[in-house]
Amino acid sequence: MVEFRMPSLGTDMKKGTLVEWKVKPGDHVKRGDIIAEVETEKGVIEIEVFVDGIIEKLLIQPGDEVLVGTPIALIRTEGQQETEIKAAAAEQDEGAQVKEGTESPLQYKACSIAAHRAKEQPEQTREKLRAEAGGEKRIKVSPAARKRAEELGLDLTTVRGTGPDGAISLADVEKAAIAGKPAERKAAWQIPTGPEGADFQLGMRRAIAAAMGRSNREIPHYYLETRIDLSRAVRWLTEENKKRSVKDRILPVVLLLKATALALTEVPALNGYWIEDRHQPVEAIHVGFAIALRQGGLIAPAIHHADLKSLDELMVDMKDLITRTRSGGLRSSEMTDATVTLTNLGDLGVESAFGLIYPPQVALVSFGRITDQPWVENGMIGIRPVVSATLAGDHRATDGRTGSQFLNALHRYLQEAERL
Amino acid sequence: MREEEIRDIIFDILLEIAPEADLKTLPHHGDLRKTLDIDSFDFLNLMIGLNERLGVDIPESDYEKLNTLSNMLTYLSARLG
Repeated sequence: MVEFRMPSLGTDMKKGTLVEWKVKPGDHVKRGDIIAEVETEKGVIEIEVFVDGIIEKLLIQPGDEVLVGTPIALIRTEGQQETEIKAAAAEQDEGAQVKEGTESPLQYKACSIAAHRAKEQPEQTREKLRAEAGGEKRIKVSPAARKRAEELGLDLTTVRGTGPDGAISLADVEKAAIAGKPAERKAAWQIPTGPEGADFQLGMRRAIAAAMGRSNREIPHYYLETRIDLSRAVRWLTEENKKRSVKDRILPVVLLLKATALALTEVPALNGYWIEDRHQPVEAIHVGFAIALRQGGLIAPAIHHADLKSLDELMVDMKDLITRTRSGGLRSSEMTDATVTLTNLGDLGVESAFGLIYPPQVALVSFGRITDQPWVENGMIGIRPVVSATLAGDHRATDGRTGSQFLNALHRYLQEAERL
Repeated sequence: MREEEIRDIIFDILLEIAPEADLKTLPHHGDLRKTLDIDSFDFLNLMIGLNERLGVDIPESDYEKLNTLSNMLTYLSARLG
């Protein structure tokens, strides 16, 4: 039996609210299936399961808000697989006991982080967590909350209290009422005003504050910038797009994305994490693509295996990802798998950007706006479309030399767009 | 197709892209992308929307002729004329 826990969908997530189960007890599930929708500071995320098995029991109800690491479902697995998972879980538990203050996005992130987070909780929180997980507790409710729950026809046993000793406050009732009505749930961009929108904004800012605060505190950043002549790439893309109908056209940023992924295959040290006081590069290249939300804030979901995909595939993936980021429906793996982040602020007009690395990643690649600039080549001056590429590197993991190898490789790939 | 009808279709698509936009106050001669904070992905969606709704496949080389609402109406009226 495997306990499926509330996954951490980023270094900044502390709790999540179940919006809807997509499975019921007895259902067969395969690794990667979506089993639930969870509301976080970054909107509603589809949660994928990490094992093959049968849903034994669902431990929380829609509307329940639980801390990361709280068991939310029991999954029955079979034979060998179960042994392997147990071994892996034991390993992760061991790792978690030894190391403090870090998270492991390697292996199965949600599981390991969950186990780890539960250990990190101070005693008081742990008790609350136990109470929440056990479900056996006396319900403390404020009078206003009780009244409102009656008005809404809400069962108080399904509401998670966030007050002292788990007391249910008016806000908890309101939240549970909203979360309990998926049909009335609004996409992120639909909530620009009112208390609900303000809550989302506050949550989003806090999530960014936690991640970026940690980044600035812990990561000694170094920055490198290079200007890249894009005349060949732009010319090739213009010709290519002429042959295509508007639906199938490729945006220049897709070339930048693919070139970044390919350059990382040559300089793999920049692809991965700094965890447990050491550098842990990873082989798979999942590029977190920073997407700004119209109402403010941003999310950088992962485009999986970007180095192995064609430009057309990447364009389709990117369109799909931007659409789902802005309207809801991101998947848990997209929230946690990024091994590096790319930001393309240039689209909004700036010439270059110097951003903060998203921990525990070790690099951030930024592109500015493509502008016509005077350019000297072979003793001749001409006007070329030029882009600024900036690398923010984690100096604990790599040095400027590695960073400059990456930018040089990036430059080279962008001179041969037809081979991307 | 009358210019007002084309404008309504443009507004429909823009509202999907920028739901918070107040299109009644959209300046006819101002830069559309800057005014509405439309990135290249949004702009591509606008082009795809126009293609689907009006059947006009706009080549990339014409994009600069669509920089303001006024220019967009002129361009589309001519193409549909």
